[in-house]
Amino acid sequence: MTALLEMRNITKTFPGVKALDNVSLSVREGEIHAICGENGAGKSTLMKVLSGVYPAGSYEGEIVYDGQTAEFGGIRDSEDRGIIIIHQELALVPLLSIAENIFLGNERASNGVVNWRETFRQTEGLLAKVGLREAPGIKVDGLGVGKQQLVEIAKALSKDVRLLILDEPTAALSEADSQALLDLLLELKGQGVTSIIISHKLNEVRRVADSVTVIRDGATISTIDARGGDLTEDRIVRDMVGRDMAHRYPDRERRAGDVVFEVKDWNVWHPEHADRQVIRDLSMNVRAGEVVGIAGLMGSGRTELAMSIFGRSYGRNISGQASMRGQPVDLSAVDKAIAAGLAYVTEDRKTLGLILDETIRRNTILANLDGVANRGVVDENRETEVAEKYRKVMNIRTPSVFQKVMNLSGGNQQKVVLAKWLFTEPEVLILDEPTRGIDVGAKYEIYNIINDLSAAGKAVIMISSEMPELLGMCDRIYVMNEGSFVGELQAEDASQESIMSLIVRE
Amino acid sequence: MEQTERAPGLGIGAYIAKHIREYGLLFALIAIMAFFQIVTGGTLLRPVNITNLFLQNSYIIIMALGMLLVIVGGNIDLSVGSVMGFIGALAAVMIVSWKLPVGVAMAICLIVGMLIGAVQGYFVAYWKIPSFIVTLAGMLVFRGLSLWLLAGQSIGPFPGNFQSLSTGFIPDLFGADKPNMVALAVGVAAVLVLVWLALRNRSRNMRYGIEDEPWGLFVARNAVVAFALLFVTWKLAWFRGLPNVLLSMVILTVIYVFITERTTLGRRIYAVGGNAKAAKLSGIRTERLTFLTFVNMGLLAALAGLVFAARLNTATPKAGFAVELDVIAAVFIGGASMAGGSGKIVGAVVGAFIMGVMNNGMSILGIGIDYQQVIKGLVLLAAVFFDVYNKNKEG
Repeated sequence: MTALLEMRNITKTFPGVKALDNVSLSVREGEIHAICGENGAGKSTLMKVLSGVYPAGSYEGEIVYDGQTAEFGGIRDSEDRGIIIIHQELALVPLLSIAENIFLGNERASNGVVNWRETFRQTEGLLAKVGLREAPGIKVDGLGVGKQQLVEIAKALSKDVRLLILDEPTAALSEADSQALLDLLLELKGQGVTSIIISHKLNEVRRVADSVTVIRDGATISTIDARGGDLTEDRIVRDMVGRDMAHRYPDRERRAGDVVFEVKDWNVWHPEHADRQVIRDLSMNVRAGEVVGIAGLMGSGRTELAMSIFGRSYGRNISGQASMRGQPVDLSAVDKAIAAGLAYVTEDRKTLGLILDETIRRNTILANLDGVANRGVVDENRETEVAEKYRKVMNIRTPSVFQKVMNLSGGNQQKVVLAKWLFTEPEVLILDEPTRGIDVGAKYEIYNIINDLSAAGKAVIMISSEMPELLGMCDRIYVMNEGSFVGELQAEDASQESIMSLIVRE
Repeated sequence: MEQTERAPGLGIGAYIAKHIREYGLLFALIAIMAFFQIVTGGTLLRPVNITNLFLQNSYIIIMALGMLLVIVGGNIDLSVGSVMGFIGALAAVMIVSWKLPVGVAMAICLIVGMLIGAVQGYFVAYWKIPSFIVTLAGMLVFRGLSLWLLAGQSIGPFPGNFQSLSTGFIPDLFGADKPNMVALAVGVAAVLVLVWLALRNRSRNMRYGIEDEPWGLFVARNAVVAFALLFVTWKLAWFRGLPNVLLSMVILTVIYVFITERTTLGRRIYAVGGNAKAAKLSGIRTERLTFLTFVNMGLLAALAGLVFAARLNTATPKAGFAVELDVIAAVFIGGASMAGGSGKIVGAVVGAFIMGVMNNGMSILGIGIDYQQVIKGLVLLAAVFFDVYNKNKEG
């Protein structure tokens, strides 16, 4: 078999970060090729380079597709050559019909007038191919995620796909839907469609993949041929996580005190789909001076857990008990949660953490305005002093605290968010992906801040997709999957392999 | 002045270019006033006309204060014109037809205004129905209700003590007839307070090293404002003195400047408009604040309704028609952003004056209502375009 796709020495740099470093990928015609790697390893970036989201010229290296050098200027170029990517977040228009979605931007039309008869006829043919028994005219939002996934694939087929790329296609699917999807991939392979599948679920990878490429830290680690028989889950896990962990995390004297914060029998349902339980019978605690990690893949319910605890900011029908130093606390609104001593540093600092168009000063005091006010009147001098104090303590690099936060780098923005929460003087800090999207130097500074907090007796709960970070920073790690804790490990006993095994071998 | 040396090397021209958005509004008002002063052959700034300018625009300014808060909070209120008309009608029915005491009737009117705001705010804040729709409904409902209340007729006249709310003047305590000493004293005091506040603010900013306005410009800017204030009070003093309504407007403006810039309440409203999700996750009760901005808007619309009815000395079914558009235009001319989170009370007030001066000037010139609308529309578009253009240049 010849190679349909060769990506050679691809290097992609973002300001301050090398996302891909000399990555090579070779996909043979007619195979299913799996790409494995941790969150943030560079898998999605690589696929964006391939599909032209990052156009030719914005990266180094060479793409050879179907025997020719390819330089895609955008998604349209790659689609014209038969490369179709299906993203993790489906790109369907919920209020349009299946048929309209399939032919969106590619309408069966002459002179701008849609030929509905032809549209529906072709849609029926495509739906039969993917095994979806629904009428072409029904709206997409009435379909479950699994069926929507099939609509996406039908859409890809409508464009004469040669290379189909699926990013975590089964992440949101039930077991039965996942199996059906994998069967469909094998069937398409029989019809000559080449696929690249990005997945965390190693049992699925083993089931369908002809070869596996493992990417870690933006570099290709290995390419394993399944036909040779050396494809084992252990091998993949080892390649995914094996990295040198020395000296990336500042040392901390570990001494945990009494239990400060505790949650028992926590249950949360999805805010819109009342029948979907997002958090199931979950219990956890954290001690003074302790850093507790929550490991898990995206979509495992980590953020939902944190937000449901923090003033019921997520979900409905929340039940369970929360207590602070043994006393039950009312966390039913964000201001009550703050008053109880909780702080939550959101995962997404730009949309949930900061007012980008406001100054550092105003953002710093946002969660504790009363702390700089007398009877409702803001004392602007104190406001400035507080902001200045945190600028120095956190080493926020800026000419002055009167800069708008939108002008700061990611790391400095994150420090402003932390400053905002430190000024509420919390007992318990929940940090959701505190180092996402910031450079190595700033990460180290954030780790130092976390250690200082723990030394001051604060309890820290740290959610992260980066396992080395959890292993390097935490005393104890809860492993989360599908809304429950599937394991609890002491840091000294934990390894990336043991965490990953708990997640993927469920 | 050693302070000039601390300014980081910006010339006056460069400084103005950098802060064109703040200065633009002031320049625009001065330019428009100068223009109409010349083309009306000096009529615009005659004492009687200045007095009229305040009387004619008072209700727009009063409502612009509330509208600014609504818009900063990320919403809009289309119903204010109708509510204003409805409250005027209600006041007329209670005072003229039912002979209720003026004080009681006014209190009821203000409470009804707040209730109207509360109902609309409830749907916007707690049911997340877009404010455009809720207040569009309110606009129709209260337009209809005022027609019903007045049975299609005008009701008037009002007793004198009610009229004085709008057309009365502060009596001259010093007995001198002209010029009115109280007016002059108030004008001078206002200038002194403003200059003192400006100096204090500047020296405080100096201490934190964040002041970069060149000293010359600082002096010039304050001199223009002080001169304008003295000029206006001087003119007013030669007519009938300070109109009551001017005094209430100034007091209201000061209160709202204080609320928006110095209180936690005001800060929180800006935070909600700037990023509602982040504000909510910072412990701010976003729903309640949105609700309060509408209650406040209802209160001010009711006050405007009383002022307007008192000035016309009658309640008519057409009162308040399309006034919401002038109010909203004033706020946007004043630099508020449709997306919420930014805008200033002073900007909204100046915006209202720009609209008012144009209305007044064009009426003096005898320009037809048709052209007046076209010109006002173009000025609104130009003002917002100027804002967006400068913002893009910054970014």
